[in-house]
Amino acid sequence: MTPPAARQTLPETGQTPGRPPLAADTPDGPTGAKEAAAPNSSNLREALHFALRNKKLVFGLGITVAMLLFAIIGPSLAQHDPLAYGGKLSWAPTGRGGYWLGTTLLGQDVFAQFANGVRLAFIVGALGGGIAAAIGMLVGFTAGYRGGIVDDILGMLTNVVLVIPTFALLLVIAAYLKVRGIITESVFIGFTSWPWAARALRAQTFSLVSREFVGLARLSGESSWKIIFKEIAPNMSSYLFMMFILLFGGSILIAATLDFIGLGPSNTISLGMMMQLSVQNSALQLHLWWWFLPPGLAIMAIVGSLYVMNVGLDEVFNPRLRNM
Amino acid sequence: MSLTVDGLKVYYRTLRGDVHALDGVSFTIADGEIMGLAGESGCGKSTLGNSLIYLSGRMKYIEGRVEIDGEQLPIWDFSAMNEYRLKRVSIIPQYAMSALNPTRKIGKMTAELLRSRGVAYKSVVGELLRRLELVGLSEDVLHRYPIELSGGMKQRAVMVLSTILDPSLLVADEITSALDVSTQKAVMEMLSEFRERGFVKSTIVITHDISILYQVADTIMVMYAGQPAEKAAANVIIESPRHPYSRLLISSLPEVGVRYDEKRLVGIPGTPPGLLTPPVGCRFSDRCPVAFEKCVEQPPFVEVEPGHFVACWKES
Amino acid sequence: MLKLDNVSKVYKVGAFGAQELVAVRDLSFQVSAGEVVSLIGESGSGKSTIGKMILQLSPITRGTITFDGTDVSRLKGRALKDYYRRAQGVFQDPFSSYNPIFKADRIFKMIKDAYFSGVSRHEWESKLEASMDAVSLDASQVLHKYPHQLSGGQLQRLLIARALLLDIQFLVADEIISMLDASTRIDVLNLLADLKDRGLGILFITHDLSLGNYISERTVILRHGVIVEMGATAKVFGNPQHPYTQMLLASVPQLHRKWAEIEADLLATPTETDGQRRPISHVDTIAAVELDALDSALVEFESDHFVRRSGALAREAAGATTETAT
Repeated sequence: MTPPAARQTLPETGQTPGRPPLAADTPDGPTGAKEAAAPNSSNLREALHFALRNKKLVFGLGITVAMLLFAIIGPSLAQHDPLAYGGKLSWAPTGRGGYWLGTTLLGQDVFAQFANGVRLAFIVGALGGGIAAAIGMLVGFTAGYRGGIVDDILGMLTNVVLVIPTFALLLVIAAYLKVRGIITESVFIGFTSWPWAARALRAQTFSLVSREFVGLARLSGESSWKIIFKEIAPNMSSYLFMMFILLFGGSILIAATLDFIGLGPSNTISLGMMMQLSVQNSALQLHLWWWFLPPGLAIMAIVGSLYVMNVGLDEVFNPRLRNM
Repeated sequence: MSLTVDGLKVYYRTLRGDVHALDGVSFTIADGEIMGLAGESGCGKSTLGNSLIYLSGRMKYIEGRVEIDGEQLPIWDFSAMNEYRLKRVSIIPQYAMSALNPTRKIGKMTAELLRSRGVAYKSVVGELLRRLELVGLSEDVLHRYPIELSGGMKQRAVMVLSTILDPSLLVADEITSALDVSTQKAVMEMLSEFRERGFVKSTIVITHDISILYQVADTIMVMYAGQPAEKAAANVIIESPRHPYSRLLISSLPEVGVRYDEKRLVGIPGTPPGLLTPPVGCRFSDRCPVAFEKCVEQPPFVEVEPGHFVACWKES
Repeated sequence: MLKLDNVSKVYKVGAFGAQELVAVRDLSFQVSAGEVVSLIGESGSGKSTIGKMILQLSPITRGTITFDGTDVSRLKGRALKDYYRRAQGVFQDPFSSYNPIFKADRIFKMIKDAYFSGVSRHEWESKLEASMDAVSLDASQVLHKYPHQLSGGQLQRLLIARALLLDIQFLVADEIISMLDASTRIDVLNLLADLKDRGLGILFITHDLSLGNYISERTVILRHGVIVEMGATAKVFGNPQHPYTQMLLASVPQLHRKWAEIEADLLATPTETDGQRRPISHVDTIAAVELDALDSALVEFESDHFVRRSGALAREAAGATTETAT
């Protein structure tokens, strides 16, 4: 259930000690100096230049933004309440009575549910992904910076959370909480999907901590947390950004999966739940395509475009992946 | 074997344009000669060494002729050069010992490399073992992973591997920089030994450390900003250099036995020019203590004494 | 000024730190004001670890470090910050010492924020100017630039200027010129010599003997975390007693003498090891003459020149000195 691991794309900038004087005539950096790979103004300009030309980034970003806009204004465009049993049953999407995507087997407005579902998807992504990112950063930075026994303990914690069977846990929670909202679901996802992010950040932090500018920051009297957030994190800002996007998309996927098997929120209809209900009510056999196709396509579109965007971002941030 | 390089120009492609890393280099190496290629970072020595063997993605061949034993080397053609690599010309690349595949045992890696050159491992394994012993490595090095070997051991293994097919020309790119001083000596003496035993005919040793060249090389060529500054016998370069850059460089080197309160050494003020848009004329003129009007014109690399070449108007 | 007493560094390795790795063992030496002490060792000798321990970037396992009489072995918080006003370090890789996403002069801002927050802008700028002058840097050339726009030499000098802003008394220079070009090395080296003349105490860590010889008054030769020889530079280099020192000197490539010549010289001067007079020839001899650190001690060979001898010789020498004392 874990999202695909982010590629380790932190570009190399450092030389290891003991190397000969930085040879500007080696294949890596013949411009008389090294190519700085972390963002600063000249690099941002360069990054922007590539960003606008990168088809994957533009395409992915375009779709994501379009879906986001829909999530914001969609629900208010709907003519009916998503849970209301107002309309006729199983109407095809002919637009009659304001049911633009038709109705479900139980007479609910598919478009209203759809628009609401897309909005919920973004909420789950932001909240779930945000929580997972926050915990992942906290654990990853601490483990990477401190090392030693702190790292060992946090590593154990990460491993434990990683192997917890989330379905089983969610079943238990579902049994106790009769009413579960989207917030609960997001929080649950956030608290169970951070381990891989923590692992990845720990590794990146490790490699940066050994760089001498961290030692220099300590020699300048900077406190540990200040060093982490002012020296280390900005150096992997592109990585953090991409990681958040992955967590965002991952949360949406996990939520859809949980909803589909019936462990979703109890007081609203999300995209995954639409698919669950449609399958439960034999929509496939009854050819009620307007009920299960839009939510499925929407999930695919949102998550897929996020991942495509990420691949594009990777190429923008990591000069080595660009085609010259 | 003899190597002749005539007017070689190799540039690097970058976003901002072409960097003139190597801008017109001409020299010859005789049979059995060890030539040291010295200079500071950005001078083009690594580019020169690498372009003779392997033009990597960003390197662009512009013009120039390279002849080995009278036969032209098609350095611009990657696949044509396959015939020559490891067999006629070979290189010990910079950071070679850190570039060994950590997931391959040394023996397996050797077999794969030889197979890619169309040579059966079995046919050379006997000689391989003999040479490993010569450099002080036992046979079980072949059964070890790179991580199990020390820096010196890895470097020696790489040296044996690069010369196993007895190439005519060996290019050694900064092979001693990351090593301890005692291992440096062993590795350089090994280079000499390889020549004595005929494993290689001629060698180009690329380094920024001139003192180590003095110990082992026959001739030294000093490069500056992509062009040759001076080439002469090793002891001549050290004791009586003629190019102002070589002079200043040699006199800035600290030596055991010299203390700063007895003899204060001086560096060379300024920095080498950027090679994106190289300056017209002599590239050292803005830092040169004896520059004069003629220096706005590019000085040719001429022979001022038998075997002694200088690119300076004052000396020719 | 700075004194190390029986300092050791032991790493715990393996799962949950079950095994021990001794990086530095029982080290004692000192650095006085206006003096450069070179710490010479090859890779794995522990020389960088010592620099880090002195600067409290790595914790000391055993022993004490005193600075002007104060114990600075395990400082924290405020006391550590005060210590950094008097002792600083510059390291090997100039490009790694700067955070690549910020401009190079941010290193000055960090100092200002931490130590000089009350100082007026005008006063700060004149302080900066004075520091840059002291390291012969043209402020207009180096300020407001990113690290990758500057050369290695300029970056190292900026780091020294930063240290000078704090009015330090002691500097750890850990291989600071090994990544610089030959023509800029000597400038940075001369700069250190100037600073020393003005009263700074410097620990110059290097693997390059010619540099150590050029700039230092006293030398410490380190091998596998143990001092094998130390004393006045002229004496250690001029009359090396320990086989390791001799081997190092024989391996240094010199500019006017070939290795064969140097080796012949050394062969002609046999030395006393393990009670036997034996000529020194090659690296392998060192292994044969491996002096067990646990059963050896630094013995005063002549005034300001100490050599590590094995237990028997050490005890003999100790016995001899007590005899002469009484």
